[in-house]
Amino acid sequence: MDDKSLSRIQNDPNYKALVAERSSFGWTLAILMLVLYYGYIAIVAFDPSVIGIKLSGFITVGIVMGVFLIVISIVLTGIYVARANSRYDALTKAIVDAAAMGGKK
Amino acid sequence: MSLKRLAGLSGILSILAAAPALAEGIEAGALQATNWNAIVIFAAFVVLTLGITYWAAQKTRTAKDFYSAGGGITGFQNGLAIAGDYMSAASFLGISALVYTGGYYGLIYSIGFLVGWPIIMFLMAEPLRNLGRFTFADVASYRLGATPIRAMAATGTLVTVAFYLIAQMVGAGQLIELLFGLPYNWAVVVVGVLMIVYVTFGGMIATTWVQIIKAGLLLGGSTLIAILVLAQFGFDFNALLAKAVEVHSKHEAILLPGPAVANPINAFSLGIALMFGTAGLPHILMRFFTVGNAKEARKSVFWATTFIGYFYILTFIIGFGAIVLVLTNPIYHEAGDIAKGLLGGGNMPAIHLAHAVGGDLMKGFIAAVAFATILAVVSGLTLSGASAVSHDLYASVLRRGRVDEATEIRVSKVTTVLLGVFAMALGIVFQKINVAFMVGLAFAVAASANFPVLLLSMLWKGLTTRGAVIGGFVGLVSALVLTIVSPGIWEAVLGYPKGSSLFPYVSPALFTMPLGFFCCWIFSVLDNSASAKAERIAYEAQYVRSQTGIGAEGAASH
Repeated sequence: MDDKSLSRIQNDPNYKALVAERSSFGWTLAILMLVLYYGYIAIVAFDPSVIGIKLSGFITVGIVMGVFLIVISIVLTGIYVARANSRYDALTKAIVDAAAMGGKK
Repeated sequence: MSLKRLAGLSGILSILAAAPALAEGIEAGALQATNWNAIVIFAAFVVLTLGITYWAAQKTRTAKDFYSAGGGITGFQNGLAIAGDYMSAASFLGISALVYTGGYYGLIYSIGFLVGWPIIMFLMAEPLRNLGRFTFADVASYRLGATPIRAMAATGTLVTVAFYLIAQMVGAGQLIELLFGLPYNWAVVVVGVLMIVYVTFGGMIATTWVQIIKAGLLLGGSTLIAILVLAQFGFDFNALLAKAVEVHSKHEAILLPGPAVANPINAFSLGIALMFGTAGLPHILMRFFTVGNAKEARKSVFWATTFIGYFYILTFIIGFGAIVLVLTNPIYHEAGDIAKGLLGGGNMPAIHLAHAVGGDLMKGFIAAVAFATILAVVSGLTLSGASAVSHDLYASVLRRGRVDEATEIRVSKVTTVLLGVFAMALGIVFQKINVAFMVGLAFAVAASANFPVLLLSMLWKGLTTRGAVIGGFVGLVSALVLTIVSPGIWEAVLGYPKGSSLFPYVSPALFTMPLGFFCCWIFSVLDNSASAKAERIAYEAQYVRSQTGIGAEGAASH
C-alpha cells in the first residue's frame, strides 16, 4: 500500500468510525470479561468459603458463578459477532470500495 | 500416493493395531480383556480418516493448501475444528478426572480454559486473520525484522508444541494400554505413524477434517454420557450433587475450591496461564488462517467458544456422575477394592463411567473417541511445529525467502516425519510424567513467550524488533526455568528433597507473562536505532490492513 492510498484510507470518515467504534467496543467487552473472571478468581483465592454457600439444595454460589462465567463468555462473543456482522462489515465494505475507487482515479 | 498403496497401508495399520492386542490380550489375560468394541469403532475411524486423507492429498497442491487448507474452511467448520483442537484428551479425561478427585476444583480449570476465547475474539481474531498467512510468526514479523522474529517465534512454537505433544503421547499410551491391551510403546508408535500419514499426505485439509469428525464424535459421546447419568437421577442435577457429596470421602468439601488453589498466588498464576495461554498456542492460532477472511475468523471463535463451553459443562456432570457411579463400584478398582486406585490409573473415570451407564459398547465407543481425540490433536500440533520449521526457519530465516513452494512443502513433510519420531521417543521417555501438568506447562510458556509478542505486535505502535525478540526470549526462558525449579518437576520428577524447590508455586505465569510484556516494552522504548524508527512508522500501514483486511491473503474473495 503506497503512502497516498494509506493516508486516503486513514482520512476516510468510515475508517475513523470503524476503528473508534470497534476498539472501544472490543476493549469494553474485554475489560468486562477480565473483571468478571479475575473477580471470580479473587473469591476463590481470598474467600473460598463463599464458593460453598448453598443456594438451593446442593447448588452452590460457586456452581452458579461457574456456569454464569461459561454462559457469559458465549453470550459476549455472540454479541460481538452480531454487532460486527451488521455494523463493522458494512463500514469495512464501504472503506474497501472507496479504496478501490480511489486507486483507479 | 495411489489409492491401492493407501488401502494397503490402512490394512497394515489395522493389523498393527489388532495383532499385538490379540497376543497381549492372551498373555495379559486377567489384567485387561481386549475390548473388541473399541477396536472395531477405532478401526472404522482410522479407515474413514485415511480415506479423507487420500481425498485431501488430491486437493493439496500449493503451500497455501498444505498449511491453511487453501483458506477454504467456513467459520462454522473452523469453529468445530478449533474446538476439536482444544478439547484434547487432557481436557476430556483430565478435567473429568479432576472433578472426580477434587469436585469443584475441576470446574476452575474448565472456566480458565474457556475465558481466553472472548479475549481472543475482542482483541485478536480479526487483525490476526487480516495480517497472517500460515503461522503466527507471519503476524509478528509483518513490520518487524523477519529473521530474528521468526527465529524467536519458531522457538516458542516448537517448545510449546513439544510439551503439548509429550502430554498427548503419554495420554495415548496409557489409554491404549488400558483399553486395547496393547503395550504402551506399541500404542505410542501407532499414534505416531497414523499422525505422520495424516499430516504428510493430507496437510491442513486432512488435519482439519479429522479434527471436525472427532469434535462431533466427542461432543455427541459426552452428551450421551451426561444424559444417561442425569437420567439415573430423574434429570435432577441437585440429586446428583447430593449423592456425590454423600459418597465422596471429602463430603461437602468437594463443593469448595480445594487445597491446590488455597494460596492466592497459585490461584491467580493458574488463572493467568489458562486464560492467556490459549491466545499463544501455535496450533490454535494457525487455524485462523484456514478461513477466507476476518468475518469467518470471527464466526470461528463464536462457534468454538459455544462448543467448548458446552463441552466443559458436560465434563462437570460427567465428573460428578463418576463420583457416584464409579467411585463406589468395586469392579472399576484394582483388586475390586474401592479403597484402592482406579483400573488403568487416575485419568480413567470418564471411561469407566461410560461402562457404568452404557455397558461394553458405550465404553468401547468412548475409548475409541478418546483415542481419535489424541490422534487428531497430535496431528494439529505436529503440523504447526512442522510449519514453524519449514515456513519460518527454513524458508524465511535460512533461505531468506529464496525458495520455491514445492521445496518448502517437502521440508515441511520431512520435518513432520522427524517430529513424529521425536514425539514417539519423548512419549516413551516421559511415560511416567503427569499429563495435566505438561499441558499446564505448555500454556505457561505460550502465555509468557508467544502471547506478549503477538498482542503487542498487533496493537502497540512502539514495539520494535529488539524489544520483541528480547521480550519473547525472556518470557520463554523464565517460564521454562521457573517451571523446572518448581515442586512439580524439581521434587516430583528430579527427585530433590521436599521443600528444596526454589520456586514454590504451581504455575510461573503470574510472574513470567508480565516480565515478558515488560521486557518487550522497555527494550522497545530504549531502542533508538534507525530500523526501530522505520518499524514504528510502518505500524500505520499495518494497522490499516489489520482493521480493514485490504491487501490480506484471500481477502479478494469477498
